[in-house]
Amino acid sequence: MFDGLILLIWTLIKIVLIIVPLLIAVAYFTLAERKVIGSMQVRVGPNRVGWCGLLQPFADLFKLLTKEVIVPTNSSRFLFLIAPVLSLAPAFAAWAVIPFSDQLVLADINAGLLYVLAMTSLGVYGVIIAGWASNSKYAFLGSMRSAAQIVAYEIAMGFALIGVLMLSGSLNMREIVLAQGGGIGHWFVVPLFPLAIVYFISGVAETNRAPFDVAEGESEIVAGFHVDYSGMAFAVFFLAEYANMIMISALMTIMFLGGWLSPIDGVGDGFHWFLIKTAFSMFLFLWFRATFPRYRYDQIMRLGWKVFIPVTIVWIAVVGVAVFYGVEPWFDIRDLQTAGQAALEVASGDGS
Amino acid sequence: MLANYFPVLLFIAIGIVMGVVLLTAGRVIGPSRPNKEKNSPYECGFEAFEDARMKFDVRYYLVAILFIIFDLEITFLVPWAVVLDTISPAAYIAMALFLFILVIGFIYEWKKGALEWE
Repeated sequence: MFDGLILLIWTLIKIVLIIVPLLIAVAYFTLAERKVIGSMQVRVGPNRVGWCGLLQPFADLFKLLTKEVIVPTNSSRFLFLIAPVLSLAPAFAAWAVIPFSDQLVLADINAGLLYVLAMTSLGVYGVIIAGWASNSKYAFLGSMRSAAQIVAYEIAMGFALIGVLMLSGSLNMREIVLAQGGGIGHWFVVPLFPLAIVYFISGVAETNRAPFDVAEGESEIVAGFHVDYSGMAFAVFFLAEYANMIMISALMTIMFLGGWLSPIDGVGDGFHWFLIKTAFSMFLFLWFRATFPRYRYDQIMRLGWKVFIPVTIVWIAVVGVAVFYGVEPWFDIRDLQTAGQAALEVASGDGS
Repeated sequence: MLANYFPVLLFIAIGIVMGVVLLTAGRVIGPSRPNKEKNSPYECGFEAFEDARMKFDVRYYLVAILFIIFDLEITFLVPWAVVLDTISPAAYIAMALFLFILVIGFIYEWKKGALEWE
């Protein structure tokens, strides 16, 4: 009983230690977005609140906190209020299995990748329910578009992950990173280059970000599924969207860019590499938004179904054959697995 | 082994609690001055023309059905991909056949125009 209580409190502390930095990352990601896009458009960006605008996210938070949460008369009240929660909870829960470094992981479970896939898919319920419950035309259109787009790109994303699984031979996130040991040439982004590109673009589409933001499309359907949300209800959607973007960047880092491993084999592996790579992927999101005009909806569906799915199926077949025959230097995964196993044994030896 | 999943469960619970707490904070701290105009559904300032729960394009259903097929396919591929280096050639060929049949289905859908979106 007492042991159980200590375990509970210790786990809670660890969860808080993940959630608080994540919240701060989201806050400063919004500021970074405005600053980066400002710079790309030769503007200054927010610079009034605090030094260089560094307190801007908190000003935004307090403003949203003191605004009224409007529940429209025609809406389904319960669904309307539960939708933001349904989109926030999975966006946060997926972080439970992310290995930040070799030792820094909350739940080192065997089905890590499946769990992440399940959690990122659940986010679509929040969007659909929000659009339905608002009982407004714009919200309804936005949520239909968004749902169709998310499921279409989910398939491409799933196929890209199959490639990673074939090379790593494990669903455990830590082992996936360890299987990429041996310097920058062994990161999965090299043998799985097409899948990495497909994965990241699908990630941008999954999170409804520009250039795939027809679900929100300010200039055509105002704000899509969250048009009728205000105050904190809107802030929760916003939080979920940005947490998801950081999540996609972290997954990109873990599955294709070697996680916490340094580019040179065995030199200075650690948490800082995870941060640098994730920050780079996050920057790409902002760069895309500043660079590309919005796709038309039929173009989005064509890209998802007619380009990404064929590309990924072909590349899975190629990787399958290569792994089956153990083609050097990347696809001979028996070597990688013994290396990964040895590393695991060393790690568990240190732990006990 | 299952003990490893306890933090995951707890994390999901915390996620839900956080959402509820943030929403409640917004309801408590923010003002509440409802009026008829403010609470009407947003439609660019017009009165709502008709019910928002209107008919919509059947292609959304089609996309959902196709999604189920392909997502199941991925589910079948996952265990196979994980043990790819240890399985026998027969298991390998079985999955190749399965993928082949699905690719034929995919080509059929493509030719039928199920993926068109004008």
